[in-house]
Amino acid sequence: MNKALGSRLAVVLLAAGLLLYPMVLSGAFYRDIGVTFLLAAISASAWNIVGGYAGQVSVGHSMFFGLGAYTPLMFYTLWGWPPITGIPAGIALAIGLSLIIGTPTFRLTGHYFSMATIAVAELIRIFTGTWDFVGATIGLQGPAIARGWWDLTFRSELPYYYLFLAVLVTLLAVTTFIERRRFGFYLRAIKASERAARSLGIPVRRTKMQALVLSAAFTSVAGSLYVIKTGFIDPDSGFGILISVQMVIIAALGGAGTLFGPLVGALILIRCKAPRIRGSAPAARA
Amino acid sequence: MVVLQVIVGGLLLGAIYALFSSGLTLIWGMMNFINFAHGEFVMLGMYVAFLVVVWLHGGPAVFTLAAAFALLVLGIAIYLSLIRHVIRGPMLAQILSTFGLALLLRYTAFYIFSANFVSLPQTGLAGTVNFAGVYLPVAQLVGGVIAIALTVALHILLTHSTIGSRLLAVAEDRAAAMLMGIRPDRMQMLAWGLSAGALMATAYPWSPSVGETFGLIAFVVVALGGFGSVLGSLYAGLIIGLIQAVSAFWLGAIYKDIVVYGLFVALLWFRPQGLMGKA
Repeated sequence: MNKALGSRLAVVLLAAGLLLYPMVLSGAFYRDIGVTFLLAAISASAWNIVGGYAGQVSVGHSMFFGLGAYTPLMFYTLWGWPPITGIPAGIALAIGLSLIIGTPTFRLTGHYFSMATIAVAELIRIFTGTWDFVGATIGLQGPAIARGWWDLTFRSELPYYYLFLAVLVTLLAVTTFIERRRFGFYLRAIKASERAARSLGIPVRRTKMQALVLSAAFTSVAGSLYVIKTGFIDPDSGFGILISVQMVIIAALGGAGTLFGPLVGALILIRCKAPRIRGSAPAARA
Repeated sequence: MVVLQVIVGGLLLGAIYALFSSGLTLIWGMMNFINFAHGEFVMLGMYVAFLVVVWLHGGPAVFTLAAAFALLVLGIAIYLSLIRHVIRGPMLAQILSTFGLALLLRYTAFYIFSANFVSLPQTGLAGTVNFAGVYLPVAQLVGGVIAIALTVALHILLTHSTIGSRLLAVAEDRAAAMLMGIRPDRMQMLAWGLSAGALMATAYPWSPSVGETFGLIAFVVVALGGFGSVLGSLYAGLIIGLIQAVSAFWLGAIYKDIVVYGLFVALLWFRPQGLMGKA
């Protein structure tokens, strides 16, 4: 009882902290760090569904991230539509791709899934770099100046912060929901022992596939959010292997297969990666 | 004639792929452990050769041995300091630790050697030979032949010697091997040494980032050849080298890796155990 109350209090404090953060630390630098943190937490939480809970370690999640990042800017480049309209298409593509990857590899156990995800991500990265239609190695650009609020191109970091926070909260809510459902128990059973899970009548392949589809969809959204904020994408920042590895590292650092693990990991890693404010000043002054 | 030239060039490159992939297949097959830093080991071997040539003016025999020895030591050191602790941990620990190692080695190499492409200065193996109308750079020819010889030698070592039997016994059943008086730890250490000791004959230019490409190619070769099969990785290495050369010739050089990774995905669909692997 006391423990439940304590964890509930912790969640409330966390929520309050995240909500008030950009108000308390209102400098552009801190807000940028905040937005970067939220994006990293979203990607890592999305990875966490299949990599953490189900124990299927993907080292190629950048393929979903990249799809989600490229599609909005494709829509903008081709038809001049606001980037946000590309999000559903990005999700659909990511789901399609996850089915293509999952169907052969989830029949097998062991490292096959990890291997396949790396190979496919690299395949897409190299291919994107040769395809002029999607900008080849130069990449794609979004709207430089907003034509209206619907372009989601803001000068301030604040709208991005709350947009990303809303997505993160949704993702965590979905994860919590899964955690408490039969599906969540299936995932953890598969992680613990696939053979045992199968012998208990758990539809192992289907469950792994569902986890991957869900994870891919949210990773794609993370990619879309990234590109809506930065307004630029190229093969390396979309499909690069470091994008995938960062998701794995953040989730593992904080605790893979736990709800708040990716948040903790993102907090540590983004703080480590951020330039020191004083240390980076000379370059700015010169 | 040009096609023949392309084919021979591809096979010579494939021979080197076969050699460095045989190290990966040994670890993968024996310990069910994926070394994501394998390509970086190959990259380091190339820089060791480079340093030996530049500083000590060593010839091909010297830098090959030096690279093999340096990587043998490195492989054992990494086994003792890192791999031993995660080898029976969860898969995430294996992937993270070797991936972290790969990034560490790659960026250390960037730091020391810069990102510029380098190639070995002219050694005794300069020039080309004309073999029935096909021009072969001597360095590639010698590298390819030595690579095939070493891969076959590794295969024979595994199948026809006491050490080989012990290695395979540990691969087959760790507990049973222990009961027979074999120390799995030592054997695994040896396997890591052997794996890393596989040399990369250096007839091609490279930079610190080649480790990523080589690592992936080694994965494809091992998956095609079948896990744990050195002979399989020999065939698969030659096939991959050939496919790369031919697709670079017909489709363009940028597409050669796309074709290889595409092949890997197709392989996972249709024959995940590889050519020589057991189902």
